[in-house]
Amino acid sequence: MLSVTNLDVAVNGDMILNELNLQVQAGEVHAIMGPNGSGKSTLANVLAGHPGYEVTAGSVIYEGQDLLQMDPEERARQGVFLAFQYPVEIPGVSNVYMLKAAVNQIRKHRGENELDAVKFLKLVREKMKLVDMKEEFLHRSVNEGFSGGEKKRNEIFQMAMLEPKLAILDETDSGLDIDALKVVAQGVNELRDASRSIVMVTHYQRLLDYIVPDYVHVLAGGRVLKSGGKELALELEEHGYGWIEDQTAELLETRA
Amino acid sequence: MNTVASSTDVADYIVAQQVAADALPAAGTPWLDASRDKAKAILADVGLPTTRLEDWKYTNTRSITRSRFDPVLRSENWSDTAVIEQLKVPELNSHRLVFADGIFVSGLSSDTDLLRGVRVMSMAQLLQSEPEYLKSALGSALPESPHGFTAMNSSFISDGAFVEIGAEVMLDKPIELLFVSACSGKNRLGLPRNLVLCRSGSSATVVERYLSATKSRSLTNVVTEVVLDGSARLNHYRVVDESADSFHVGGLFAQQDQSSRLDACSVVVGGGLVRNDVLVNLNAPGAAVDLTGLYLGRGRSHVDNHTHVVHHTPEGTSREHYKGILDDRSRAVFHGRITVGSGAQQTDSEQSNQNLLLSREAEVDTKPQLEIYADDVKCAHGVTVGQLDENAVFYLRARGVGEDEARKMLTLAFAADVLAKIKLPALKGYLERCVSDLLLSVSHTS
Repeated sequence: MLSVTNLDVAVNGDMILNELNLQVQAGEVHAIMGPNGSGKSTLANVLAGHPGYEVTAGSVIYEGQDLLQMDPEERARQGVFLAFQYPVEIPGVSNVYMLKAAVNQIRKHRGENELDAVKFLKLVREKMKLVDMKEEFLHRSVNEGFSGGEKKRNEIFQMAMLEPKLAILDETDSGLDIDALKVVAQGVNELRDASRSIVMVTHYQRLLDYIVPDYVHVLAGGRVLKSGGKELALELEEHGYGWIEDQTAELLETRA
Repeated sequence: MNTVASSTDVADYIVAQQVAADALPAAGTPWLDASRDKAKAILADVGLPTTRLEDWKYTNTRSITRSRFDPVLRSENWSDTAVIEQLKVPELNSHRLVFADGIFVSGLSSDTDLLRGVRVMSMAQLLQSEPEYLKSALGSALPESPHGFTAMNSSFISDGAFVEIGAEVMLDKPIELLFVSACSGKNRLGLPRNLVLCRSGSSATVVERYLSATKSRSLTNVVTEVVLDGSARLNHYRVVDESADSFHVGGLFAQQDQSSRLDACSVVVGGGLVRNDVLVNLNAPGAAVDLTGLYLGRGRSHVDNHTHVVHHTPEGTSREHYKGILDDRSRAVFHGRITVGSGAQQTDSEQSNQNLLLSREAEVDTKPQLEIYADDVKCAHGVTVGQLDENAVFYLRARGVGEDEARKMLTLAFAADVLAKIKLPALKGYLERCVSDLLLSVSHTS
């Protein structure tokens, strides 16, 4: 599904990702953990095609295609979805209007007919239930005046509508209280299936209690320092990121 | 002021007026002759405005003054039904009056003779048949010191629309005044003069639209006066969508009596140089005005909106909300002035001007101005100049919306609250399409 090889990424000339490697197979859920500034969100944004990041080396192959050659909209149409860490407020564009444009673009890309108003609303209502969203949110401007939790729910609702093959969740748990976290996690779990891969970027182990990953990767200094099963997250929880950082220091020393 | 330069600018127009004077509608009517002569004297005195005047600092009229435009003062028998068909707003059900270069075209206009309590007709016809009827109202809403273009219009007063809504009459169907320019060839000057009288307790909608029949250069110099009696309501729309080689100078001057309400919406979609002056006098307690504007610039167009709301009396309300979208090398000017006189306690006034620049070369000069002489008032104003939010563009693209479409969506969203004020669905839809079409050529700034 996704193969990231020796990826180097710079922002304003600063190296953020450094020879990063990541393999994700269909149906797998991967958690990317790491301290602040480790490059987690950069990875999420680069995969979605954010124009602010410069890939200086390495490759990203998605379903056999060079993902880095695609515009962000092309990636979305091919099934890549980014749930934003900070969903953007768009005054004057209603949620339902944006969704309709998005759904129809993606359907068009797949060679399917545009949904008519009735079918579209039926789908919307069904998916809103997943994240327990009220219908009034449909007609409000995208994320405008939404609380932190409402914004994150809206992201997962959009994910449900767009049915991506590869979903990247960027700190979807941040700013959520425990009830909201459960709702969001439940929404994500409902969307887990054998053909859909999920990459979750998170700072805390907490989210992984609710969305149990198949693999956990620990990022520090822009590279994957350690990979393992879900138990790695528990180890991290116990020892803190300092433990990994110490290991990194040792690693660098032995290299030197 | 450089009077030497001014007088050469206007000499042609003064001569043209003198030549035409005896043949103007209702010539020989003493008060009207005096009024035209006085306007001509003002024109000779002040000349056409230059950038030396504070109110014209950012709008250079040289592109207008270096050519000579010929005033169109009588019908040239233009009657192109195909053009009218092309210019009409689909599904807008209106009483329509058509003017070719400012002159009424009866054959293309709706028959409004039988409307109850409402008079909608050619100004020239009314001047000829009942000049005295206009004596007190014509010129009553003009600024005290009009600029040269307004004076020029007043010196010629020939045709335009006369609209009178009788007391307590609620007219649902809008009155549409369609001004088509460049019907009679190149360098023609249309001088429509409109008067809208809303008697007490009446309610009506007037839509003025300015369009071009051809791509020829032309100048439209229009003055619309509006008088609102007690508790009268008027929804006024002015849409300027002339060709890129045309010039448009427009005035909307209103007098409002007690508890009257004016909602005036100005939309500038096209034109080479467009200058709109709005003056609203709130003359009695409880009068309310809501001014909204949307101006779009592209190519090398220039749009200038000058508005002035004067609160003379207590408990008046004014709202003003103008938005601009500027692409390419276009330029815009906004000057919003609000005066709260010493007798205007409990005034409630809000003004905002927001601009969206879609290209690096586009430019806007904006100047909000509050003058407050009362101490118990609520006034707020604000100005912004910005670009599309690139994070929002990326957000939409990350949902599968193409970049052009995303930019278009965000730009339309910027204009949405102004367009939302348009209460005629057909007109609103038409203008949304105008904005959207204009954005098809939207430039990429990222």
